[in-house]
Amino acid sequence: MLACACSIFVIVLFIFVILILRSHLSLVQFGWKFFARQAWDPVAGDFGALSFIYGTLVTSLLALLMAVPLALGVAIFLTELCPRPLRAPISFLTELLAAIPSVVYGLWAVFVLVPIMRNSLGPFLYKILGWTGLFGGANFGVGMLTAGIILAIMILPIISSLTRDIMTAVPNSQREAALALGATKWEMIRIGVLRNARIGIVGAVMLGLGRALGETMAVTMVIGNHSEISKSLFAPGNTLASVIAGEFSEATGDLYLSALIEIGLALFLVTIVVNVIARLMVWAVTRGAPSRVS
Amino acid sequence: MSTQPVASQPLGLPRKPSRANSAVRSTTNYIVSGLSILATAIVLVPLAAILFYLVYKGARSLNLAFFTHVPAPVGEEGGGMANAIVGSGIILILASLIGIPIGIAAGVYLAEFGRGKFLGNAVRFTADVLNGVPSIVMGISIYSLIVMQQKHFSAFAGGVALAIMMIPTVTRTTEEMLATVPHAIREAALGLGVPKWRTAISVSLRTASPGIITGCMLAFARVAGETAPLLFTALGNQFWSVKLNEPIAALPLQIYVYAISPYDEWHRLAWAGALVLISLIMVSVTLVRIYASRGVLKGGS
Repeated sequence: MLACACSIFVIVLFIFVILILRSHLSLVQFGWKFFARQAWDPVAGDFGALSFIYGTLVTSLLALLMAVPLALGVAIFLTELCPRPLRAPISFLTELLAAIPSVVYGLWAVFVLVPIMRNSLGPFLYKILGWTGLFGGANFGVGMLTAGIILAIMILPIISSLTRDIMTAVPNSQREAALALGATKWEMIRIGVLRNARIGIVGAVMLGLGRALGETMAVTMVIGNHSEISKSLFAPGNTLASVIAGEFSEATGDLYLSALIEIGLALFLVTIVVNVIARLMVWAVTRGAPSRVS
Repeated sequence: MSTQPVASQPLGLPRKPSRANSAVRSTTNYIVSGLSILATAIVLVPLAAILFYLVYKGARSLNLAFFTHVPAPVGEEGGGMANAIVGSGIILILASLIGIPIGIAAGVYLAEFGRGKFLGNAVRFTADVLNGVPSIVMGISIYSLIVMQQKHFSAFAGGVALAIMMIPTVTRTTEEMLATVPHAIREAALGLGVPKWRTAISVSLRTASPGIITGCMLAFARVAGETAPLLFTALGNQFWSVKLNEPIAALPLQIYVYAISPYDEWHRLAWAGALVLISLIMVSVTLVRIYASRGVLKGGS
């Protein structure tokens, strides 16, 4: 049993080692500049990951911007305001949605979200916010904004159910103390609950971020797969994960392959760092509270 | 509005809170409650819509041929995903055979032997971190490890990739389920002179087994929908194949390929496949929910 427990360490180490070994060629050839160059030219053998990093950051931040306020609202509603009979069905629904595979979200996005973006939401945004320059250019329905929206839908259940667990872990005496001082319900939530749970909530958001950074299938299906940096959010782009999914099986040549594996290595390291920080934060709050199967 | 409306007042000079202040406070209270209800509505309505749309589209596309036929060539009507369903089954059985024993053993270690130890905490933490590693990274590492060595794609590589993804989930649920076993039961076994390892296996593990089985089903359902790790390991196959060392079709892969194809007939099959996948996942998530919330354990008091 100890051996099996340690096998988990071995797996993580092993992934790390094999990724370094296989991306050796590109690590040596491009060095650190790999992550600062925009060029992506498989024919000339010239690779840089900047446009994918940009795409990943933009889509993930968009997703967080949309998902975090909503997820917080849902968690507050579920823990503090919701009538008891409604609590179980709503949290069950969110759990169910967290379990839907990403390829199914992608399928839905391709056939429902993309037409909506192309025909109604996109032109509407252009009319309202076109002056910012973020919503300019041709709107094909696929692009970074669409990818951001589908990511937001996917990480919402995760963030809200984690935040709910964290807020439930705040001791009731905190709530009672705030109420006894004459606080209204919102003041009680703010002083008694949110303030105590804030580290954990940041952790939950970061876990959502970790998921968004590494999300592959749904993003690959709607982002448009185009390796160029563009200011407009309607423009097609590429994330670190989607470029691997899209080009890996077509990669000819060792350098091309090792460049893609190096992107995988970067993704691995970034998500590990984000996850470690997030887990530590969540643990700091929920430690001692009964854990829950998610 | 000040955070501590009472403490900020000087002591000994009780001042009546002004009516305006309390009106502002109660208004804020209502606004925030309203916003939070609104947020829940904004979230739940589209999410429920996704679910119902999938069931609706899938149910219309599902028929018997879906389960019995292999994919038809482009342009032909009909065809099904029989090979993908069988292929998914093979990959998943392989993954379960590798992943579940390791996961359960690690979970037993964490719950019975590693409580409070540094190593136990480290394993638990690493399992959580491994859970967050993107599935595409898992795919390319298994590609680098197995496919590059073998020089061809194979069902076996797909199984290994999914097994690794199962381990952290199985480990954590096993540990959580074992934690719900009352200590009295363990103490009774230990008191009768049963060695600790025997207690862990025959008493704790058996008591928690319904929960652990559902936990394994949950992990099974999770990886059943994984596409990214299979892209470069199992690869997919339009034809009938059950061999472990050849590329094999899988349901999520087929859904992906069909969804991005330009043919209506293939889109229909993709929806049907999505419905099958989701039903599998819904059933297992519901079961886990029932076990986890009621604590249906054999010896549980």
